[in-house]
Amino acid sequence: MEKFVRLSAKACPLPLPNLNTDQILPARYLKWPRSKGLGSVLFQDLRFDGDGNVKDFPFNQPIWKDAKILLTGRNFGGGSSREAAVYALYDHGFRCVVAPSFGDIFAQNAVKNGLLTAIVSDVDITDMAAAISANPERPVVVDLDSKTIACGNRIYEFEIDPVSRNQLLNGWDDVDLTGSYRDRIAKFSTEHRALRPWVVPARE
Amino acid sequence: MSEPLTLIDKSWFAHEIVRRDDGASLLWVDRHYVHEGSFHAFSQMKESGRGVAEPGLTFGVADHYVPTHGRDQVIANPEIAAMVRNLEANTAESRITLFSLRDPRQGIVHVVGPEQGLTLPGLLIVCGDSHTSTHGAFGAYAFGIGASEVAHVLMTQTLWQRKPKRMRITVDGAATIGVGAKDIALAIIAHVGADGAQGHAIEFGGSTIRALSMEGRMTLCNLSIEAGGRCGMIAPDTTTFAYLKGRPYVPKGDALDRAVDDWSALVSDPDANFDREVKLDGNIIAPIVTWGTTPDDALPIDARVPDPAREANPVRAKYLRDALDYMAIAPGRKLTEIPIDRVFIGSCTNSRIEDLRAAAAVLAGRVSKVPGLVSPGSSSVKRQAEGEGLDRIFRDAGLEWAESGCSMCVGINGDIVPPGERCASTTNRNFRGRQGPGARTHLMSPAMVAAAAVSGHLADVRPLLAGRKL
Repeated sequence: MEKFVRLSAKACPLPLPNLNTDQILPARYLKWPRSKGLGSVLFQDLRFDGDGNVKDFPFNQPIWKDAKILLTGRNFGGGSSREAAVYALYDHGFRCVVAPSFGDIFAQNAVKNGLLTAIVSDVDITDMAAAISANPERPVVVDLDSKTIACGNRIYEFEIDPVSRNQLLNGWDDVDLTGSYRDRIAKFSTEHRALRPWVVPARE
Repeated sequence: MSEPLTLIDKSWFAHEIVRRDDGASLLWVDRHYVHEGSFHAFSQMKESGRGVAEPGLTFGVADHYVPTHGRDQVIANPEIAAMVRNLEANTAESRITLFSLRDPRQGIVHVVGPEQGLTLPGLLIVCGDSHTSTHGAFGAYAFGIGASEVAHVLMTQTLWQRKPKRMRITVDGAATIGVGAKDIALAIIAHVGADGAQGHAIEFGGSTIRALSMEGRMTLCNLSIEAGGRCGMIAPDTTTFAYLKGRPYVPKGDALDRAVDDWSALVSDPDANFDREVKLDGNIIAPIVTWGTTPDDALPIDARVPDPAREANPVRAKYLRDALDYMAIAPGRKLTEIPIDRVFIGSCTNSRIEDLRAAAAVLAGRVSKVPGLVSPGSSSVKRQAEGEGLDRIFRDAGLEWAESGCSMCVGINGDIVPPGERCASTTNRNFRGRQGPGARTHLMSPAMVAAAAVSGHLADVRPLLAGRKL
């Protein structure tokens, strides 16, 4: 997994609440393999109408084409557990989403793919969005070590689950890490089955 | 004296292999359910050169992409056919038991797991699907995960998680006739908000919850995720044990007695602390429908949709305008004046035998004014319903009686609500485009969907139940 330490990039404001994973990536694209590049259909139904006409949506503005930070409303990524919603954001180029709250499963999926979910207050989102609108070209700097975002002329602090922060800073691979506990897992599994024999599925 | 513990704590600690200094726990997984959507995880596993650690604890079900019509024929859409074939190949290669398209046990994973007795109290259950919270109805600790975590479970039978906060939701009082688990769930979601339980595991308690059947408890726990909860649980009791007895994968004889003894201890200690407590009065819950584009946009059927002009908060007013605009409903309109174009009865939320009986009780001897689809939760539910003659009631009312799968809840098998159409649906998400691009969804109970069908508009089921045998 790619490490995340510090990022300086354009930030696209998308101040809508409840952008669930169905909005991020409509279900009809879930059968696409990752190699097809899910970034092209990110927010598809918010960007285009049923006839393929372009809607009034920030992503459709050329200025945000190379944005790596997304600034959005509360409850981002709620709903379906589809990790492909994270793939779509990542494949489009995003490395950080800043919002007042995230769906729990989305946030877990994000960290496994090197996408930072930074939590700030509603007020700070509004404040940052205003600063970005005033000067869209100015890069926003996200620093995971100090848990700060430099935007406009201010520094904002953000929150992130400490486990996720550790994983992103170190670029840890979960499976390798779990492998180092192999003996304890084997011991647990044996004891668990002895203590609670019913955990093993009965034969039909 | 040791510290009193909640059911959530007890379940967590029984599966915690190790806890790191940063607070991450490595948890043992007792059951892992996979479906067609798990293909990313199988790919990740193969790329890393590893195999499935515990195929005997892993079970596959074909549900998300399966057709609900023409089961005996080859799947016409090659992409959908490939999704099912892919699951068959991946599970066969790893020696995982699969309930595929033509297996008599096939159905929606969250219906089949409990039905086959794979879901038991005290288990830790995961699946790459957010509605895995359903299995908490049995006192299991069950939650949805993403593809990378599915891959991790396949390879190690464990998962890294941080212990969530604990929320108790208590509902007391007798629910009135025509009010069921779906109404209770929507009332809870409207009360706490679609993200109100984020970061929390939920335990449901109180006399209203205790009185629910297992089917009702599954509907309630299923919808925990729509309040943002990590999982939802109900302490197992005699209702749970009676449901389980005799199911294929449930222990038998002395082994069952031993299990029931253990399961009976799966309750929160009297003085256990919760991080948050929510209480609702079960006596005053009315039949509920959603009007907007998130599940917390839910109101009693006798209410009017909100009017953005009367909303003081400008952010909320904009949200209301956008939602009403998408749903094509005039501000302040009475819910019962909203006409519908079609109905859907199905999904992991409401497709079990009791759900079908509730809808049939309203539809019997009546005709639906709109077209509709009924997709039973499993092939076994379908056979049972046919044995009870429910299929005839649906067909005579003018609705289609189909095979089992996720179907029109997520629309990826081809069953969709056409653009611009409005559907009264027993499903779980009224998100924009959830049932198909441009589709408009109103969530409600099976009985309320039946009431909407025979009325042609959103309607209160209660007058339609007068004099009926329930």
